[in-house]
Amino acid sequence: MAVLELNGISKHFGAIRALNNVTLSLEAGEVLGLMGDNGAGKSTIVKIIAGNFLPSEGEIRVEGRPVRFHRPIDARDNGIEVVYQDLALCDNLTAAANVYLGRELRRGIGPFKIIDYKTMYSRSRELFAELKSETRPRDLVRQMSGGQRQAVAIARTRLSQARIVLMDEPTAAISVRQVAEVLQLIERLRDQGIAVILISHRMPDVFTVADRVAVMRRGRKVADKRVADSSPEEVTGLITGALEVA
Amino acid sequence: MTSLTSHDSGAEQTHTRWSGLLANQVFWVAVATVLACIVLSFATNSFATSQNLFNVTRNFAFVAIVALGMTAVIVTAGIDLSVGSTIGLAGVVISVVMHAGFSIWIGIAAALLSAVAVGLVNGILIAYVGMQPFVVTLGMLSVGRSLAMVISQNRTIFEFGPDGGKLLALGGGSTFGIANPVLVLIVLALAMGFIFRFTRWGRHIFAVGGNERAANLTGVPVRRRKCSVYVLCGLMAGIAAVLEVGWLGAVTTGLGTGDELRVIAATVVGGANLMGGVGSAFGAVIGAALIEVIRNSLILLGVNSFWQGTFVGSFIILAVLFNRLSRSGND
Ligand SMILES: Nc1ncnc2c1ncn2[C@@H]1O[C@H](COP(=O)(O)OP(=O)(O)OP(=O)(O)O)[C@@H](O)[C@H]1O
Ligand SMILES: [Mg+2]
Repeated sequence: MAVLELNGISKHFGAIRALNNVTLSLEAGEVLGLMGDNGAGKSTIVKIIAGNFLPSEGEIRVEGRPVRFHRPIDARDNGIEVVYQDLALCDNLTAAANVYLGRELRRGIGPFKIIDYKTMYSRSRELFAELKSETRPRDLVRQMSGGQRQAVAIARTRLSQARIVLMDEPTAAISVRQVAEVLQLIERLRDQGIAVILISHRMPDVFTVADRVAVMRRGRKVADKRVADSSPEEVTGLITGALEVA
Repeated sequence: MTSLTSHDSGAEQTHTRWSGLLANQVFWVAVATVLACIVLSFATNSFATSQNLFNVTRNFAFVAIVALGMTAVIVTAGIDLSVGSTIGLAGVVISVVMHAGFSIWIGIAAALLSAVAVGLVNGILIAYVGMQPFVVTLGMLSVGRSLAMVISQNRTIFEFGPDGGKLLALGGGSTFGIANPVLVLIVLALAMGFIFRFTRWGRHIFAVGGNERAANLTGVPVRRRKCSVYVLCGLMAGIAAVLEVGWLGAVTTGLGTGDELRVIAATVVGGANLMGGVGSAFGAVIGAALIEVIRNSLILLGVNSFWQGTFVGSFIILAVLFNRLSRSGND
């Protein structure tokens, strides 16, 4: 059974039709590469799945159950974690504080609970080590490199037992070595049975880790096929519109 | 102490302790305050007297208490211009209620409730309706002052009913040689310093000020947090009003006029950034202290009191400028 299904999802922003009747499904342990030109609607799909806004039309199902996400926490409570395109980080806070933003750990008894910095630091350190990132939990995000910021945003998705992880261009701002690490991480997620949607403009990323590739053009899904049955040339054609459908 | 001085999460930075300290505005303001005190003790005979020090600490306590609330507001990248009027309103409310023969407890409850109500209206309009903090609180500055006049019929009240003595003792008295308002300030400052750092609420307001959209995406209840800081700021203004009425022994509808400026100056001088995300309880207190020490020195040195506004206004501008320069130096 599919962990995630979108049925006939459309989204209008006033006169702009960002998404037009998109249907998509995702199995556990599957990596879907989502590609498309700027403005094709990729981030809009992510934001609808993540509960940032409701679709204008259509239905979302998680493990067969119809869901309506009014807020990001609703999606998170359903096992959906997101790495946003702009990473959604607070520059004035530490790496650990950003990892735990919105779900700070606390200790104490009854109503007398205080923030548990010690555990947040040690757990963040473990997560960064897992990601092979040199990010230090106590550093302020303001002082960090692109790759470190990325690691902070990705570390967030590892806090809970996510079943679906959405990554909106996680490799856009980082070095070659770090790209390889992010891709390895995605493979590790897949091996744990987590479904991943990877948005990327980089053809090699998608062809390295994805099982399937879906292509968006002007709010419509114009292709959805196994990577093994496709090629970078074909996908490029689909993105630019040189190929109508595949 | 570190938890109070920590500039937001400053104590967690990787700077060595010294370079962190030297980059910290609160540190320099504290140094300036101590230096000013030392210079004044030598330059005048009257500064270092226990009576003058008692007055200075008490005077700055009122401003500093409200500055604690203002710090929370400014940390979320907001502003509250209505605190002066809230002090006036709450001061009039407690006087009228006690004048009518009610006990001090009912008076205090009524004053704090009215102050919280002002904060709640501010908070709802800003957080839930989405209006500009500047516009909303500027409006409330006028509304609050006008309500104070309506409630008191614009009379001066100096008769506080059967519990009047208790009110005067509360605001004007002292415990262990320290003025009561100063004791209240110490308790509130320690509490706020703790709350800023060790509660979820505290961490969330810094997140909201740092990147409101990110806070929202990660599940921080942004609207509730934004609303709450204005309520807190109103409450602090109410507490300051109760103490100030007790100290003055008389209330005019002009109570607290212009205090918003002194409070904002104290907060900003204490290192809070008007762009949001940075501020501390200790900073608010030390900022208020520096302003009062210098204000006091102008009086002791015989400078015409008409200059005080120039001085407070310049301080706000200088603090913001300093903040900008040290920031652009960092990035
Ligand atoms: N909140 C919004 N309000 C109005 N229009 C929006 C909004 N969000 C997205 N759009 C529009 O919807 C369309 C799709 O945008 P989206 O961000 O999903 O594209 P994308 O495929 O992620 O592009 P990119 O590769 O540049 O990230 C664009 O035309 C965009 O301008
Ligand atoms: Mg996008």
